[in-house]
Amino acid sequence: MTEFFDMIIPVIGSAVRLSIPLLFACFAGLFSERSGVVDIGLEGKMLGAAFAAGAIAYHTGSATAGLMGAIFVSILLSLVHGFASITHRGNQIVSGVAINFLASGLTALLGQAWYGEGGRTPQLPDSARFMPIDWPGVATARVNLGELGNFYVNVISGHSILVYAAFVMVPVTWWVLQRTRFGLRLRAVGENPHAVDTAGISVALLRYLAVIIAGVLCGAGGTYLAIAQSSEFVRDMTAGKGFIALAALVFAKWRPFSAMATCLLFGFLDAAGSRLQGTPLPFIGQVPVQVFQALPYILTVVLLAGFIGKAIPPKASGVPYTKDR
Amino acid sequence: MSQASRELPPFVDYVVLPVVNVITAFIAAGLVVLAISENPVEVVKIMIVGALGTPEGLGYTLYYTTNFIFTGLSVAVAYHAGLFNIGPEGQAAVAGIGVALVTLAFDGAPWWLVLPFAVAAAMVFGAAWAFIPAWLQARRGSHIVITTIMFNFLAATLIVYLLVNVMGKAGSMAPETKMLSDATRLPLFGTLLKPLGIDLGQSPVNPTFLIAIAACVAVWLLIWHTRLGYEIRTAGTNPQAAVYAGIDPARIIIISMLISGGLTGLLAVNEVMAVQGRLLTDVAQGAGFVGIAVALMGRSHPLGIALAAFLFGILYQGGAELSFDIPKITRDMIVVIQALVILFAGALGNMYRPMLERIFARRPDRRAEETEA
Repeated sequence: MTEFFDMIIPVIGSAVRLSIPLLFACFAGLFSERSGVVDIGLEGKMLGAAFAAGAIAYHTGSATAGLMGAIFVSILLSLVHGFASITHRGNQIVSGVAINFLASGLTALLGQAWYGEGGRTPQLPDSARFMPIDWPGVATARVNLGELGNFYVNVISGHSILVYAAFVMVPVTWWVLQRTRFGLRLRAVGENPHAVDTAGISVALLRYLAVIIAGVLCGAGGTYLAIAQSSEFVRDMTAGKGFIALAALVFAKWRPFSAMATCLLFGFLDAAGSRLQGTPLPFIGQVPVQVFQALPYILTVVLLAGFIGKAIPPKASGVPYTKDR
Repeated sequence: MSQASRELPPFVDYVVLPVVNVITAFIAAGLVVLAISENPVEVVKIMIVGALGTPEGLGYTLYYTTNFIFTGLSVAVAYHAGLFNIGPEGQAAVAGIGVALVTLAFDGAPWWLVLPFAVAAAMVFGAAWAFIPAWLQARRGSHIVITTIMFNFLAATLIVYLLVNVMGKAGSMAPETKMLSDATRLPLFGTLLKPLGIDLGQSPVNPTFLIAIAACVAVWLLIWHTRLGYEIRTAGTNPQAAVYAGIDPARIIIISMLISGGLTGLLAVNEVMAVQGRLLTDVAQGAGFVGIAVALMGRSHPLGIALAAFLFGILYQGGAELSFDIPKITRDMIVVIQALVILFAGALGNMYRPMLERIFARRPDRRAEETEA
């Protein structure tokens, strides 16, 4: 049993860390899509943010400045998306695709032009990063508390501030959506914008607020990737995480607590996949690492197919709002 | 893409507006070049000379054009049916598996004998990968954008798995199949035309280019000159009206996605049978996404698509040359331009419409023509 715990607890710890970018991006998508703006540009926004975080933290030596810069860049990309899909009622999918390419191309181009390291930003010292925080009593817990201590040290303690922020975001999002006037309006504008408009509330303003919130969250996600999980920006470092987050959002049926659970599950699959590489499982034998990589997508497709409940998006998502004349 | 407007004369709607959009995209790209303190005019010159200045450069340009025509047509056919096929990357990858299976099975046979089978395999495998998202959309109402994205990732993991564990070259760690023999591999135009005194150098353009041109004609005939094409356009513009006209939208979704996947699949003939001569993990190399830009820019019309694909061919080849001459500007510049084209010709495609409407509404004679027509 001890062996099992010794194996599984570090995997859970790394699952938590791997799920953080998914969580931020997924909640960004949640705000945006609940307001009726489909966002497949999560990937691009996180990537742009990661680059900004890496570059700005390098020049200022401050992780907080990196975070601020990342949020700023991510909001800019959000506003491009908003301008195209809210103001000009353009196709939201097309706009999202454009943002993904813009971020992927610009970060690599500027990274090479400015730093000449194949699109990387320079390596950061620890002082310019968000470092793991050790909770009180870690040393004694490791020695005295057995498996519980192990869990405390590896899973509860030892993460950067952004990790805890991501988990605080979950109940806050739920509360904002379900218990505040803004949340009610936000959900209404995603289901029935005409009703909101009739009530004298600006559909465009609400949707802009939603995409800006999405920008802030993607900014945090990108920051985590570049200056908390690693110590530099690497080209295309989001590596599809924005799309897995999108899958998680669909899988969670656009609900905050399910979204958290799904992101943790997908993070766990990721962690387990790399941990189990080359080690055979009991009864099943060796599982190719590709199976773990493919599972989030397969699960989402199966869910979308309606075999395990039905994922129904907000009614007005993806539909530009036109006032009746 | 083709939101026909009653306010604008067709010439403005189909020529002026897209051209203005693309020019905006290029101006924005020029600003990016300025931002990294290089001269945009110099950049354009290098790109054009690199892409069109030599027969070899032109050969490379046409090779890229070939792929972009296939993916552009693929996105366009789906779009006519009101669908957004964002999955050409994955469909091309799976088609690559099909082409590899067929060509390796017939390895040693002359290429002209194998080609029809390779084409068939490419289309069938590409269509098969498009079928599942199509079926899910048609019968289960799952959003095709999400499912095709998922299927891109699934195809990418599938092909790595197959190349590492099943189809890979014996005794090699590299994720690739063994090379095709010279007899089976589709010869390049450079080799075919050398006896005629035309020197295309090492450029990879090959007879697949002719298949791409034929595909343009076939799609044009299909969309505007067949009953099925009419049904596709009707279902795409107004699904309710289509139902009243006796058209089954679910059937149209599936058929148009099969055609779309099949067209993308042809890219694999170009890559696997001709250019690479083997199956590698990344078959489409981003061409699937370029297809979105190409279809938007070409307004889903085969002629427009061919022209847009050629333009992107110039960008890709010119961009490669550019990175040699100005090391500060990497090939990522092309991705930026591509993004700006998608943004300004696609998502912001109607930004200038009100302005153009104001300009052209001042001319009563044109308005009169419109009402008569």
